[in-house]
Amino acid sequence: MGDGAPERGSAAAKPTRSRTSYEPRKVAYLYLAPALVVFAAFLLWPLLHAVYLSLYEWDGIGLGTWVGLGNYKDVLTQPELREPFLHSLVLIVFFSVVPICLGLLLAWTMVRSQVRGGSVFRTAVFLPQVVAMVVVAIAWDRIYSPTGSINHVLSWLLPGTVTHAWLGEPSTALVCVGLVGSWVGTGLCMVLFLAGLSKVPRELYEAATLDGAGSLRQFFAIGLPHVRGELAVALTLTIVAALRTFDLVYVMTSGGPGTSTRVPSYEVYRWSLEDGKVGYGVTIALLLTAVILLITVLVNRVAEGDDT
Amino acid sequence: MRSGRVLGALAAAAMIIAAGCAPGSDNSGGDDEPSPSSVETDVASMGDITLTVWDQEVRSGQDKPLQELNKEFMERYPNITIKRVSRSFTDLQKQLRLAITGNDVPDVVQANNTRGDMGAFVKAGLLRPLDSYAEVYGWDDRFPASIRAASSYSSDGKTFGEGNLYGLPLTGEFIGVWFNKAKLDKLGIEPPTTLADFEAALKKAKDAGEIPIQFGDKEGWPGIHELGFLQDMYAAKDDIRTLGYGREGGSWDTAENKKAAQTLVDWVKDGYFTDGFNGIDYDPSWQAFAKGQGVFLISGTWLLADLQPALGDDLGFMLPPTGDTGDLTVTGATGLPFAITKASEHADAAAAYIDFITSKDAMAKITKAGGLPIVDSGVAVSGTQKELFDAWEKARSEDALVPYLDWSTPDAYDLITADVQELMGGDKSVDDVIGDLQKDYSSFVADNAGG
Repeated sequence: MGDGAPERGSAAAKPTRSRTSYEPRKVAYLYLAPALVVFAAFLLWPLLHAVYLSLYEWDGIGLGTWVGLGNYKDVLTQPELREPFLHSLVLIVFFSVVPICLGLLLAWTMVRSQVRGGSVFRTAVFLPQVVAMVVVAIAWDRIYSPTGSINHVLSWLLPGTVTHAWLGEPSTALVCVGLVGSWVGTGLCMVLFLAGLSKVPRELYEAATLDGAGSLRQFFAIGLPHVRGELAVALTLTIVAALRTFDLVYVMTSGGPGTSTRVPSYEVYRWSLEDGKVGYGVTIALLLTAVILLITVLVNRVAEGDDT
Repeated sequence: MRSGRVLGALAAAAMIIAAGCAPGSDNSGGDDEPSPSSVETDVASMGDITLTVWDQEVRSGQDKPLQELNKEFMERYPNITIKRVSRSFTDLQKQLRLAITGNDVPDVVQANNTRGDMGAFVKAGLLRPLDSYAEVYGWDDRFPASIRAASSYSSDGKTFGEGNLYGLPLTGEFIGVWFNKAKLDKLGIEPPTTLADFEAALKKAKDAGEIPIQFGDKEGWPGIHELGFLQDMYAAKDDIRTLGYGREGGSWDTAENKKAAQTLVDWVKDGYFTDGFNGIDYDPSWQAFAKGQGVFLISGTWLLADLQPALGDDLGFMLPPTGDTGDLTVTGATGLPFAITKASEHADAAAAYIDFITSKDAMAKITKAGGLPIVDSGVAVSGTQKELFDAWEKARSEDALVPYLDWSTPDAYDLITADVQELMGGDKSVDDVIGDLQKDYSSFVADNAGG
């Protein structure tokens, strides 16, 4: 890590000198210090504080009671938390799988064929990324409402069909929240893959065409391998976005109807701020952090694995 | 791997700190309440003081009078500056927990009466008992016992409805039936006074193609009011109070409560509520009613100032009909009470402020703004506001008020909101819902008695 090129040069020039005396490692910490301080103050300290809170049963107001690992035991054993984590899995499909597939398709189409007005289209697809999530949630809330646009269009297209309260029925609410995630995520994935595909030299496609490879074959033989890095980034970003979804649920459904859209982040908020079980809520947050960390590491391992 | 070791060391350090001291602070016990004789009432001599007040009176019927009152208080006592922080009901509920335990604690806060809020604050010793002030300022004469009970707790926070006084409300509120007079006339229905008549009216409205009951329950809390409304038809007043105040000896698992829940389900099946109510927010639902959609709206008196301008003379208000019990039973109580924090350094000034905003003059201001003052202001009213005031008077004089169902236990709000959505959505059976509520209630009562 600390072996910069000049240092290596100087070490090579004076091989007799002890390496440690010239090693500027300690100075490096000085350069790292500002970042480290910020990191410690805003990430490390809250994290440690969370660990500390998770060891107590505390209502957020009075005096906490030491329960050791009791909260962890509860979080891992109580069935009520299984549902939110299952909901996260559903959301991963909508936040991650769908946008990545759509993003790949769009990027590939735009690279391989000269679309007129391509940049306008690109901007339009990317636009949801620019809008604050709360605004997105409010807008979609209106669209999904019983008197919203979807029902309007539906009743116009198919008169006489029963309109739905899309966010008001357990069978559709989670899917509707998920679709908003797909809508938001697709732009990001597309832009990432566009960047990856633009690195591909045109000759490769020409050679493949000469060899008789069709578009599909070219996609799997040339396109996909070239965006492996981007794929890892997209997977990481979108899975993390799926797991930490809070704003959409908070604004659109408050976890309802019933419990049908409760997700781990919302549970953290609900238990610690609404129900006054801070220790329990924080423990969920820590568990969620661990899961996210694990998934991030796994995704990156898999993506890097074959390269080296 | 070095970073791993560092993290490990830090974590270990945190554990040691953690084992040493618990989060939060224990302020309970040792009430440093002044005796009535030491209460300072001469605000002008208190020096320059800034009073920070957190409230949720954002609806037009309450916001305007409070603004005026604050202004007048500051004019009368130039040494006092009032710093008002206003939030919506749900926002205040969340932020208050953080604010009241933080370093910069407001002097006066509007705390929800519930065990989860006011009860928890009292238990943690964060609110000041107001009994001495009540004696000095004569609040016991100003407010009837039933109103003071809704802001009273034992000093350990375990008993709700009696004990020390911890706050005073400005407004009264209860769940009644808003109706559209023009539509009732067209349907040829008299405002129904019994459950049977009410159901007949609903059927008639439905048959005529109207929305019988305008309803939106996406946030979940309006559902508490619908279930309470029907529980009031079937269950005895005292049984509801036992449950609502979270006292020992009650039960959710009764034929009456099940019947109430079942009726709610039947009404959904009969199409008496707005289609897709679980997907409609509360505000759009009453706004739709204000636009003339829906014959009835079962909701709180706090909507008067918002509904009146829209519907004008077509707006009607009545008490809930009487059901099986034959007794008038009405869910309702007080608006959120204003309380004084224990951390406040200006408790005497804060008490003078609360006395000022609950004075007869203040009540008159609330009346004029279209609100329902907690006690009669003597100002003459007319139209729908008069119907509402008369209803309030009748409910109070017949001792008909019962608490909101979510007052019962600290978790009740969360539980009932989700359960009623599922009950009315047809996703959970009556037995399961009643079972959930009973489980929560009985475990709370057992804990409360034990620890």
